[in-house]
Formats: sequence, C-alpha cells, structure tokens
Amino acid sequence: MEGNKLTGGLAMASTTRQGFQNSLEELQQNILRMGSIVEQTIAKSVECLAKQDDKLAAEVVEGDVVVDDLELQIENQCLKLIVTQQPMAKDLRKIAAGFKIITDLERMADYSVDIARTAQRILATGQPLIKPLIDIPRMAELAQVMVKQSLDAYVREDTELAYRVAQADDLIDSLHNQVFRELIVFMMEDPKTIKQATHLLFVSRYLERIADHATNIAENAIYLATGERKELND
Amino acid sequence: MAQPKITINNLNFYYGSNRALKDVNLEIEAHAVTALIGPSGCGKSTFLRTLNRLNDLIDGARISGEILLDGQNIYAPEVDVVALRKRVGMVFQRPNPFPMSIYDNIAYGPRIHGITSRRELDGIVERSLKAAALWDEVAGRLRHSALGLSGGQQQRLCIARLLAVEPEVVLMDEPSSALDPISTLKIEELIHNLKEKYTIVIVTHNMQQAARVSDYTTFFLNGEMVEYDETEIIFTKPRDKRTEDYITGRFG
Repeated sequence: MEGNKLTGGLAMASTTRQGFQNSLEELQQNILRMGSIVEQTIAKSVECLAKQDDKLAAEVVEGDVVVDDLELQIENQCLKLIVTQQPMAKDLRKIAAGFKIITDLERMADYSVDIARTAQRILATGQPLIKPLIDIPRMAELAQVMVKQSLDAYVREDTELAYRVAQADDLIDSLHNQVFRELIVFMMEDPKTIKQATHLLFVSRYLERIADHATNIAENAIYLATGERKELND
Repeated sequence: MAQPKITINNLNFYYGSNRALKDVNLEIEAHAVTALIGPSGCGKSTFLRTLNRLNDLIDGARISGEILLDGQNIYAPEVDVVALRKRVGMVFQRPNPFPMSIYDNIAYGPRIHGITSRRELDGIVERSLKAAALWDEVAGRLRHSALGLSGGQQQRLCIARLLAVEPEVVLMDEPSSALDPISTLKIEELIHNLKEKYTIVIVTHNMQQAARVSDYTTFFLNGEMVEYDETEIIFTKPRDKRTEDYITGRFG
C-alpha cells in the first residue's frame, strides 16, 4: 500500500509523549473511580428507601461531599492537562468528554441525595410503605448498569456499548411511566396515600433523570471515539 | 465557492533524483490563512517555495504539474519571475532587514519598481509600517538603522517591506520561530489582520500557532499532502490516522 510506505518516519504505535499518555490514563482511572462511587450511591439511596433505613439515608446525604470533591479534583486535572499539554485531536476529545462526564456524574449523585432525603421524609411520617417497591429498585439497578456501561464505553471507546446504554434508557423511561400510572391508581383509591405516592413519584423521576445523565455520558463516549456529536436523549 | 487564489495540480518536485513533493493537489483560498504543518523534511517548506518559484535558484531542481495563481500557471514560460515575486512575497524565519535605515528598508521595493516621488514614498512607508503594526514604535526614528530594532520589530519591518510592494499573497516560512512569545503573539495578531487584504500561507513547526492563526491547515508527510481541512477539524477530529498520530505526538 502506498499509504503505508509513506508513513516512513512516523512509527505508529510508539509515542513521544509517554508522560502525557500516562496522565490521560490516570484521568480516566479517576473518572472510573468517581463513577463507581456514584453507582454505589444510587444503589444505597434506593436501598435506604426500600428498607426504610434512616442510617443508610444519612450516610448517602453525608457522602455527597466526597463526590463533589472528586469532581473538583478531576476538573483541575483536566484544566492542568489542557494548559500544560495543549492536547489535540483524540487526546483533546478525551479531556473535553471527561470534563463533561464528571458533571453528569456529580448530578447523578445529587439525585441520589434527593432520593435519600425523600426516604427520610417518608420515614418521618411514620407511615409504612404503601406497597413493596418493585419497579423503583429495578430502575435503580438498570441506572447503575447504565452508568457503568457508559463509562466503560468512554474508556474503551466502544460506540456499540454506548448505543446500548441509550437503548436501556428507553426501558427506564417506560418503567417510569409504569410507576406513574400505578401510583395514580393508588392515589385515586385512597387519598391517604397521596403524600407518600407523590414522594415515590419524585424518586422515580430522579432515577429517570439519572439514566438521562448516563445517556449523556454515552454521547460523550461516541464523541471521543468518532468526533461526531450524537443526540441519544430523545 | 469563489475561485481559489492558488490552485495546485499534480505538483511533483525533485531535487536531483529525490522526489520531494509527490502529486500534491490543493486549492488555497483567497483572504484566508492556510497553515502547512508536518515533520522536518516533509516538504512543506519546499512546497511553500514553489509558490513563488524560489526553488528555481536551486541546481538540479525540477518540477512537474502546475500552480495556478488566479488561474494563470506561474511556471508558464512567459511568466516574469520578478513580477511574480512582487505578487507573491515571502517572509523568512530569521528577520533579514537590509543594513540601512528603517525608511529605506521600506522604500527599497517601491523605488526598484520606479517610484521616486518623495511624498508618495512617505505615504507608502507610513501605510506599510501601520499595516505591519510597527508605526507607533518607530515613527520617531525612521532614519535610524533597522539593525537597531529588536528581533520582533525587525520581523515586522520585513513584513512592512513586503507590504510596501503591494503583494497579493504573503508566504511565511516559520516567521516567529526566532522570536520571543510576546513578539510571536504580535506577529500572529498581524497575520490575523492581514488576511483581510492578502492571502496568507504559513509554514510552522508550532502546531499551537497553526491552530491559533490559520483558517485551513494542511498536513504534509514525506512529500505527500496527507490531509487538508478547516483548521478546527484538523485539530479536533482529523480524518487520517497519520495526521492524528502527528498532532498528538505519537511518532518515534
């Protein structure tokens, strides 16, 4: 191939910027670390609701500061790489995508805190759960998988996986609608359930929003891999 | 699209038996800055010099293909090379002011082209120095030697000297690589302002500079033009793997 012959002086695999490449890897590792903390936070927030566990709820609320700190730390790391390394092309997209991803992760953690606070409010009413939670924990599980997969898609530059995350989002949306219809029926049958049902409706909505943020991450994974902007949230 | 200022068709260039440019095809837009990037020896400076036939002076140099300036082949036998270089001027890496006064440096070209009126020359000197963003710094000492200027000022003087003969295209071969950062930024600001009136082609080893000053970027490798696109695209999502590897520093 003519093309191969012409590469001549450019040996493709090696890099003259090993230190920079190491820094990029470290950046991605930190984002993964932040992601895994957020995944656990989502799980705990719904667990404290389902099990009516006040202590766990407090743990989620207090733990938010860890995620906030990580976001700032990673943000600074991104800025430093931009300033000191003048990244180009895929390196630049990796940092730009990372910059946006940590904002999505931080928002997810905030929604988890909202869920934990809702759990505390329901507990404070003294009223037991109006029904065992089924779809909401399912949404939470799905959301966690979406977070994990969207970040894997980012780190591995795996566009197929990113598209799968977007498909999972449709499932969460339909679960949210199902929860909505179910709770409406509860409220119509017994007005005493209205307060708690409204709280639960919010929880469902928070989980649906968390999934939207995971879809944003998937969009950024596609941007990193291809340079193309894709709108997957619709 | 408007007619390109310069159209390069199947350009090959040989130093003896060494083929330094290989089938280069490119259109250079008028009133835009086009940057040429690539590793040392990739042919970008050779290419730049073909645009005003500066390579003609090299023994054993040979060219095939054509370069059209406003549709006219600059390698056609009837072309007057001196007139061509008036239309397509060049700024070099090291500032090279003549050992004479600032005024005479600028007036040199116009005088050669037959302008003798003192008033006319005064006007040209002032206009050129203003266009090169040097007037405010030297207005009070036009009779002083140009060699007393700083490196950055000397380079802007050379640009002013070029502008005095009213070129259409300005070629720049690493115009700021010998300058400090502030002088470099002044040259870059100047390049940005000059494109309103001129078509600019710049060779630079500094990719950040290419990203800052140019509208279009061309990547050369081993005499081949690998990729040409809007600068923003070249530096955010180049199509060719070789471009990507070069601009991200993945080469041995």
